[in-house]
Amino acid sequence: AAGLCPCRALLTGRSGALRAFCGSVRGLAAAPETHFGFQTVTEEERREKIYKVFESVAKKYDVMNDSMTLGIHRVWKDILVHKMNPSPGTLLLDVAGGTGDIAFRFINYVRSVRKHQLQQKLKHHQNLSWQEISESYQEDKSKSLGDSQVVVCDINKEMLKVGKQKAQHLGYSEGLSWVLGNAEELPFDDDQFDVYTIAFGIRNVTRIDLALQEAYRVLKPGGRFLCLEFSHVNNPLLSRLYDLYSFQVIPVLGEVIAGDWKSYQYLVESIRRFPAQEEFTAMIEDAGFFKVDYQNLNWGIVAIHSGFKL
Amino acid sequence: GRACLSHGEPRARHGRGEGEEEEGCYWLYPGHIPTSPLQKALLAAGSAFMALSDPYRHDMVAVLGETTGCLALPNLRDKMKHHPEGYRILQERPRIRLSTLDMARLRGLPDGTLGREYVRFLEDNKVSPDTRMPPKFVDDEELAYVIQRYREVHDLMHTLLGMPTNMLGEVVVKWFEAIQTGLPMCVLGAAFGPVHLSARKLQVLATELVPWAVRSARNASCILNVYYEQRWEQAVESLREEIGIFPPP
Repeated sequence: AAGLCPCRALLTGRSGALRAFCGSVRGLAAAPETHFGFQTVTEEERREKIYKVFESVAKKYDVMNDSMTLGIHRVWKDILVHKMNPSPGTLLLDVAGGTGDIAFRFINYVRSVRKHQLQQKLKHHQNLSWQEISESYQEDKSKSLGDSQVVVCDINKEMLKVGKQKAQHLGYSEGLSWVLGNAEELPFDDDQFDVYTIAFGIRNVTRIDLALQEAYRVLKPGGRFLCLEFSHVNNPLLSRLYDLYSFQVIPVLGEVIAGDWKSYQYLVESIRRFPAQEEFTAMIEDAGFFKVDYQNLNWGIVAIHSGFKL
Repeated sequence: GRACLSHGEPRARHGRGEGEEEEGCYWLYPGHIPTSPLQKALLAAGSAFMALSDPYRHDMVAVLGETTGCLALPNLRDKMKHHPEGYRILQERPRIRLSTLDMARLRGLPDGTLGREYVRFLEDNKVSPDTRMPPKFVDDEELAYVIQRYREVHDLMHTLLGMPTNMLGEVVVKWFEAIQTGLPMCVLGAAFGPVHLSARKLQVLATELVPWAVRSARNASCILNVYYEQRWEQAVESLREEIGIFPPP
């Protein structure tokens, strides 16, 4: 193994040498270090690597999600939107929303709530004139979402591209917009949104504290923060099985289905690196949120954290 | 050397100075991904399934070869070690790539020479030697080279056997390679490749092409023991005779 060292140093070439150079130029202050999966890298490198991961997985993102979780991720996302229980007129910001899963569910939910509302209204007005009835139908068509809107924000162009294509394919257009942006520095004014969601995105953010601060900033007073993310499994037996599945099966699935082992290796490592439920709760509180709590799904494989801006 | 295999335990490794390590342990060559026996088994099964259902997934064929070659590859390497020309190849590690080949010179060689016919084959079939996948899952650096050499020599096999790159031609070459190398991936390819062929082609395959390929493969010396890069000027027919490949039907 020792004999391999000089060879490896040569082969790593560019990035190793560049980092050494930067280190010497900056003198004593080295670039802040963080993690990329189980590797130690600088923050800038981490951002770049993560961008490349999602650029590479974008086209097969949905297929891989279904394969890795055997479709269960759909249930998790349904639960998130049900917990949100948005009423018509809600303005949602879905960060790291890439391929649109949360946005589409939001739209479906709000549509069905609105439909239910209108049905209830019509039931109580049995003696409307034909004029009034036809007017209310027109109102239905133009306000099927009842002024609800969702802004999907993602840092990665490829993921947004896939999301837009999906929206077109599935027929979502009204009340939906797509914005290229960074969770650590959102391109929105203060106090804009009723709800902020981030589903399976926050563990890929390099400065989680900044993302949480931004979430607080852009939410209206009374607004809600919701985060759906992989978390820690306490049960030792389950934890072992989960580890076995994550590390032995998922990268293989990545290679066989998407031809990309490394991105999926990163994904499972990044899950282990993300803070556990209680620690993340504390981080959310640090950003200023109140009434912060979490709900474990599937014994902690996934957790939904919720907080309010008062 | 052998790699220790990752068990997925979190270990923060220092990237500075030593460069980045991709897995729980050292990678033995660029692109190496150490895998556990379970992962290899899953990869073998998954890639076999994927390669069959989507024949355009050449990367899956490559992965299948790597994960199932644990017996055949050392065998091939030993055959090379015990042959003077093969031994030299293992020492010098030549690579067949567009950047290392002098295409203009090869094109200028007389018809019937290995170099000329090889270039003709590449152009007629619109293929390039650079599309070969580098190995990832072979846990020995020398064996990784052996499988890489096998992949790069594949096009030369087509040239020597006179087979095009359509499904029929590929199956014939697979039969030849299966007997020559013993790689399970070749055996599987030879056995299941014909699934995609029409009845008429199957007949030609079974009655003429496969018997000839099998006879030639048995008669021929190890095809990895030929230093092709030093034989561009040699006539294809003479090289065939030297190796022991019978003239194609």
